[in-house]
Amino acid sequence: MSSRIPDTHDIPGTTPFDGSMAQKGYALNKMCFSFNDKANREAFVADPEGYMAQYGLNPQQAEAVRTKQVLALLQAGGNAYYLAKFAGIFGLNMQDIGAQQTGVSKPEFMAKLAAANQQPDWPAARIV
Amino acid sequence: MATLLGGLATSHIPAIGHAIAKGWQQEPYWKPFFDGFPPIHRWLEQVRPEVVVVFYNDHGLNFFLDKMPTFAVGAAAEYRNADEGWGIPTLPPLAGCPELSWHLIQHLVANEFDIVTCQEMLVDHACSLPLKLFWPTHEVAPVQIVPIDINTVQFPLPTARRVYQLGRAVGEAIAAWDSDKRVLVMATGGLSHQLEGERAGFINKAFDQQFLESMVSNPEWATQFSDLELVERAGTQGVELLMWLAMRGALTRGGAGVRKVHSNYHIPISNTATGVLALECLA
Repeated sequence: MSSRIPDTHDIPGTTPFDGSMAQKGYALNKMCFSFNDKANREAFVADPEGYMAQYGLNPQQAEAVRTKQVLALLQAGGNAYYLAKFAGIFGLNMQDIGAQQTGVSKPEFMAKLAAANQQPDWPAARIV
Repeated sequence: MATLLGGLATSHIPAIGHAIAKGWQQEPYWKPFFDGFPPIHRWLEQVRPEVVVVFYNDHGLNFFLDKMPTFAVGAAAEYRNADEGWGIPTLPPLAGCPELSWHLIQHLVANEFDIVTCQEMLVDHACSLPLKLFWPTHEVAPVQIVPIDINTVQFPLPTARRVYQLGRAVGEAIAAWDSDKRVLVMATGGLSHQLEGERAGFINKAFDQQFLESMVSNPEWATQFSDLELVERAGTQGVELLMWLAMRGALTRGGAGVRKVHSNYHIPISNTATGVLALECLA
């Protein structure tokens, strides 16, 4: 068996959720995981600061939660799947979140998604 | 012995749950997606599967970062859906097939797949919605399931090659199952999409099209890529195509090949390039 060196190459605008991020974001993600329960979502809404303290969020994480800025939440170690449960509390869907992260309006973000239809078809556009 | 009929695959976007609950299948936004299913419904009526092995990825309903399995095999008599926190309808419980679960577990461990086994396992939209899509007229899909969760939450992910091998071992186990059941394998997720970061909204149509074609004629094509190479080509959530590789790997036993029953590709639903596929095993 040959051993493989883990791939670490950079992808612009992308931070893979690896062991480093999983450690950094543990408290934030654990809080978001708790939002699977309605009672917990209500408890957070009733007292966000107390709820964050209960889960031991660090100042960077707590500030990102207060501002609801997704890029800041990601930088603080948030994972997209758990953050989606946080976003759900405020009725934000994936187009709201996509628009916020890419700095455009929601209609502009949706137009960008639809415009992917205009990308050239394979096999004319070779991949590898 | 059991009969492996073929494989199914579909995207599993949570918003589909809203659309089904509200009856939006013929709305202009949704119709190009839902129109991908009727030819597959007709095929399913002909082949009448009884048990479905579902390769899917949990999105933080059952598994958290405290214990994150790479491969987890369900071994329950019943699988419940639950509140996922983002407001989509909770679907009724699905019937399990513990007999096949334990047969798969025996076979996989004997073949050196060090899996996690779960006698309790909440299944999220990634498992429950595809069953609604493929059996839309039933309150609950008229099949028993064995869910197999593959980690796409935390890197490193299992390699594409390993996932394909897992699928192949599942296919071998189904073929060796002492049962008269008619079995399907199913993959859920994909195709290209990325929810997070400045690259949110990334879609790669040509890659998806080549991947869909590879499912029929060159199934190991995507096993050449590392997890980050898949992210680069398909997006952070496009790595869900690993499920499709597992499904396709399960159909390789015997080498007789597959016939494409139907496929559909549509951009976008939510932030996703959607894919739907049904493959029939050739005798």
